[in-house]
Amino acid sequence: MKITKLLVAATFLAAAVPVFGGTAEAKTKITWWHAMTGANGEVVNKITKDFNASQNEYEVVPVFKGTYPETLNAGIAAFRAGQAPDIIQVFDVGTGVMMNAQGAIKPVANVLTEGGYKFDKSQYIPGVVAYYSKPDGTMLSFPYNSSSPILYYNKDIFKKAGLDVNTPPKTWDEVWADAKKIKSSGAASCGYTSTWLTWIHLENFAAWNDVPYGTHENGLAGKDVKLEINAPIYVKHFQAIADLAKDGTFKYGGRTSEAKQIFLAGTCGILTESSGGIGDIVKAGMNFGVGPLPYVAGDKNAPQNTIPGGASLWVFANKSKAEYKGIAEFFHYLSKTSVQVYLHETSGYIPITKAAYEATKKSGFYDKNPGRETPILEMIGKAPTANSKGVRLVNLPQVRDIENEEFEKMLAGKETAEEALDNAVKRGDAAIQQAIGQ
Amino acid sequence: MTPRATFPHKILPYLLVAPQLAITLVFFYWPASQAVKQSLFREDPFGLHSKFVGLANFKHVLSQPNYINSLEVTVIFSVFTAVISMAVALLLAVMAEKVIFGRAFYRTLMIWPYAVAPAIAGMLWLFMFNPYFGTLALPLRWTGISWDPLLNSGQAMVLLIAAASWKQVSYNFLFFVAGLQSIPKSLLEASAIDGAGETRRFWTITFPLLAPTSFFLLVVNTVYALFDTFGIIDAVTGGGPGRATETLVYKVYKDGFVNLILGDSAAESVILMAIVIALTAIQFRYIERKVHYG
Repeated sequence: MKITKLLVAATFLAAAVPVFGGTAEAKTKITWWHAMTGANGEVVNKITKDFNASQNEYEVVPVFKGTYPETLNAGIAAFRAGQAPDIIQVFDVGTGVMMNAQGAIKPVANVLTEGGYKFDKSQYIPGVVAYYSKPDGTMLSFPYNSSSPILYYNKDIFKKAGLDVNTPPKTWDEVWADAKKIKSSGAASCGYTSTWLTWIHLENFAAWNDVPYGTHENGLAGKDVKLEINAPIYVKHFQAIADLAKDGTFKYGGRTSEAKQIFLAGTCGILTESSGGIGDIVKAGMNFGVGPLPYVAGDKNAPQNTIPGGASLWVFANKSKAEYKGIAEFFHYLSKTSVQVYLHETSGYIPITKAAYEATKKSGFYDKNPGRETPILEMIGKAPTANSKGVRLVNLPQVRDIENEEFEKMLAGKETAEEALDNAVKRGDAAIQQAIGQ
Repeated sequence: MTPRATFPHKILPYLLVAPQLAITLVFFYWPASQAVKQSLFREDPFGLHSKFVGLANFKHVLSQPNYINSLEVTVIFSVFTAVISMAVALLLAVMAEKVIFGRAFYRTLMIWPYAVAPAIAGMLWLFMFNPYFGTLALPLRWTGISWDPLLNSGQAMVLLIAAASWKQVSYNFLFFVAGLQSIPKSLLEASAIDGAGETRRFWTITFPLLAPTSFFLLVVNTVYALFDTFGIIDAVTGGGPGRATETLVYKVYKDGFVNLILGDSAAESVILMAIVIALTAIQFRYIERKVHYG
């Protein structure tokens, strides 16, 4: 697969050189390191190819660099060696790392204004842009692919359990009740499972229910964050999960997206997962339904808005004026409605402009593809609050690891939810202090 | 005139050794010295700010309960992996010697797993023993074991040791087969005539004469368990559940490449280097004395 793609790319390049031979030398090259594979990798190639064909001053060269962490590490190593690319795709959790690297990056808002474009925030989907901006609204990186957690349920299992196949659970209490019914009725051996406990049940749980994850607007307004994930609302939520785990009504799949396999195997009836995972579920041919992420019943502001996952494009510092101008052109091209609609419909990621969303809606795409609109509605429903713009920690990957370790102890019955969350706060705070103390 | 076995050249030997020396310099001494240097600094991932901190990184690393935990994990994992993979390989080698029909076929089959990359071996075991869709997890459930290596730390460790040992058995098997073939048949026949049984012949003749092979394998297997099992750990458990299977090497990777704490990660790798050098020295100093080279 990969080799064929490489060959195709090589053939294309070889063919392109003689054709544009005359102008190729005058073109400013812009390198873009990305982590997109399969269908999403083809989208990257198509977009850059179209951009390069649309004008003759700049040439964007996409380079695949491996997984998200591998791409980030490659970018860091290249910067240290003085050979950083122009643009690098960094996943959501790496945002804090990049933001902390002042002097290594150039805010995208500055790149756009210097390139002669006005960055109009109101054109963009607020939840997405807020996540990649400073508290004063300066956009730091360009959102490329964003997703949001949603709820999936197996309609066959719902039917067997005597549940209404057209009503997915709306609140967490309803999820617990439906999960118990699935298990006790024998419709499936497990009621509920979830991927990404940290992203869905802590970071998005906080935003969706409008409760703080940590101090200083969850880190967006200051680095010296103290975690607040041991507040009663979290303890109650996780104790419910731990209780369901005792008899297997809730099943744990792993720290990232492993739980999707349990759902696809028909072992569990309900799953919470990224909207980006819908492709695999469609491919599996399952009779499934989709609903918004559940919220805590009785919480006065819920549902608020969700936090995007996925990745954004960062621009490295110390590049030439011509390169920055080219990057601005490319980002301007990326925000065009036609490009965003293509990206949204082909890859399944959320469009970043409101115009692209409206255009997709008008075309009737959402009627034919149920579930594709849910993640967008989760993000545009309400303007983000101090609790729901996102979580930004200098060392979010490390803090997620600590949280996962405590969850695993809790689910193995070694700790109560309260002990696990207290430990996560204590250890997480210490790790944050070490990370910002350097 | 006696024929000289040495070359008359003064430079040639140095030239012949040079490539190996160059490789060692580039791939060992240079990175190792970089690690030592890095371990004395505290630095952000991008290298924008760097501060000399002396031995503070070492102090910080050694004061972490997590580090002591991964030291224990490493000892348990390495000892079991080395012992199990060598014992099983020896048993198989002795048994394969007795096979008369299709001996070469059996041997080839035994050596096969060695051609599997560690990460792929890890995925294989993961698919067989995944608690939800593993082919062999289901039979385990039927026997009444509540098999869940995702949350049960003991089971996760057992799974890892099994996968790592399985991968190494074929390598050890190969060397034991070679070792067995170099044992003179006359010794075994003589003792058989003297009335020694099969078990007695094994422990008094075969086993001692295999000592050089066993010693070599002990060193190789220790290094294997310490370093080469990274791919298996990454694929099977990722260090979890909790930190129950996080070995020293895995912690170096986690702290350096996931958490981006370069100073701590470098200090950990320097300590690891010291441990391996010490272990190898001890093995050569004390165990090699007891080895009888025929």
